Amino acid sequence: MTALGLYRPGTSVLHRLPAGAKLVGLLAGTVLLVVLRRPWQLGLAALVEVLLYALARIPPGVAWTQLRPLRWLVVVVAAAQLLLAGWQQALWVTGGLVLTVALAALLTLTTRVTALLDVLHRLLRPLRRFGVDGDRVALLLALTIRLVPVLSGIVREVQEARTARGAGWSLTAVAAPAVVRALRTADHVGEALVARGVDD
Amino acid sequence: MTEIRFTGVGHRFGERTVLAGVDLVLTERRIGVVGGNGSGKSTLARMINGLVLPSTGTVTVDGLSTARKGRDVRRRVGFVFTDPDNQIVMPTVAEDVAFSLRRHRLPDPEVRRRVTEVLDRFDLAGHADHPAHQLSGGQKQLLALAAVLVTDPDVLVADEPTTLLDARNARRVAALLAELPQQVVLVTHHLHLLSGFDRVVVVDGGRVVADADPATALAAYDRVLADPAGPAIP
Ligand SMILES: Nc1ncnc2c1ncn2[C@@H]1O[C@H](COP(=O)(O)OP(=O)(O)OP(=O)(O)O)[C@@H](O)[C@H]1O
Ligand SMILES: [Mg+2]
Repeated sequence: MTALGLYRPGTSVLHRLPAGAKLVGLLAGTVLLVVLRRPWQLGLAALVEVLLYALARIPPGVAWTQLRPLRWLVVVVAAAQLLLAGWQQALWVTGGLVLTVALAALLTLTTRVTALLDVLHRLLRPLRRFGVDGDRVALLLALTIRLVPVLSGIVREVQEARTARGAGWSLTAVAAPAVVRALRTADHVGEALVARGVDD
Repeated sequence: MTEIRFTGVGHRFGERTVLAGVDLVLTERRIGVVGGNGSGKSTLARMINGLVLPSTGTVTVDGLSTARKGRDVRRRVGFVFTDPDNQIVMPTVAEDVAFSLRRHRLPDPEVRRRVTEVLDRFDLAGHADHPAHQLSGGQKQLLALAAVLVTDPDVLVADEPTTLLDARNARRVAALLAELPQQVVLVTHHLHLLSGFDRVVVVDGGRVVADADPATALAAYDRVLADPAGPAIP
């Protein structure tokens, strides 16, 4: 399984580009995608993104993993826009959405989390005066990314324990033990952070 | 070796006394801590790097009090937990090891060199850029160990590091621990890991009930386990 938006090591130009430059590129690309108003512009943008993915040597299967979680959202949005605003509007809203997510995914696929965190850290430095601790914010983000698989593992185990005892899926019955275990995990992680010198 | 000193240490969680009257001077290279569930081993181990501060008495590491010099103590004492998932904080393997070096403010190439070196040593070099959650349980524990040892601490405290591992990985981790030049304090229920240790401390009901070479201490532990009266502090 390829996890969503995780770095894939490589040596392409996109991999070697500094993280800050890529972030600026993502920002510019997103703005562009929002202001696009013609189907041919959208087509051109799609072509550029396909070329960028090829340049980064991301296999189509991996690219699809990035976009797959969007598929229902796309269907709902497209249907609503079709009914309310016509096919052109539907095309560029959903197209814009998919292309923006794909562009963001390309950034995370070609950039190490630490490199992104370092940029974030630099960006937040001027805010130090107002009490914003860049290290903390960066750590928080890294921990969030790290703990997503841990938490989904907890939910899976709780559900499996229920299945083993012959019970089916139930949101409340799974949520309660899962939240308790998640909180316990949070305690342990906090302790481990202290042991690893976060406060020093 | 480093000197870990417990002087008149007691600990209470709320009303509950979990450690009492602990006096220990630990200077040996290999020290084991054994005892039943809830006997107070983890509390004792966590005191060595100041994760738990004693309610009474003091704990010092090379004369540094864990209460007043917690940071300095933690620089000398590395800690490995039972569940590596709680200890790995970065999304990928190499990044997690590098995270330990952040407070050392080393230049990038030096960080890379040390990370590569320690990953090589733990057979994780091929996984450097892999997501941590894709490692097996054994590999995760190796990563946790690598991330602690990359900072080259003087002492390594490990609280049941092999409990969640299968026999092969447990042996692997134990072998790595055995080879370390560092002083090691190992809390474990896997008693066979303690052969060849210099000293074993037996904890029961919050007290040190035996403290000797492995053979003598483990024989005493056997008698504790067989005692129908149970521990002194329930
Ligand atoms: N944070 C806490 N709050 C309250 N009680 C605690 C806390 N941590 C531990 N205890 C209690 O203190 C006692 C000793 O716990 P400790 O974790 O040190 O035991 P242990 O010897 O490590 O046991 P095990 O072999 O099960 O890991 C137990 O009765 C436990 O319930
Ligand atoms: Mg314990």
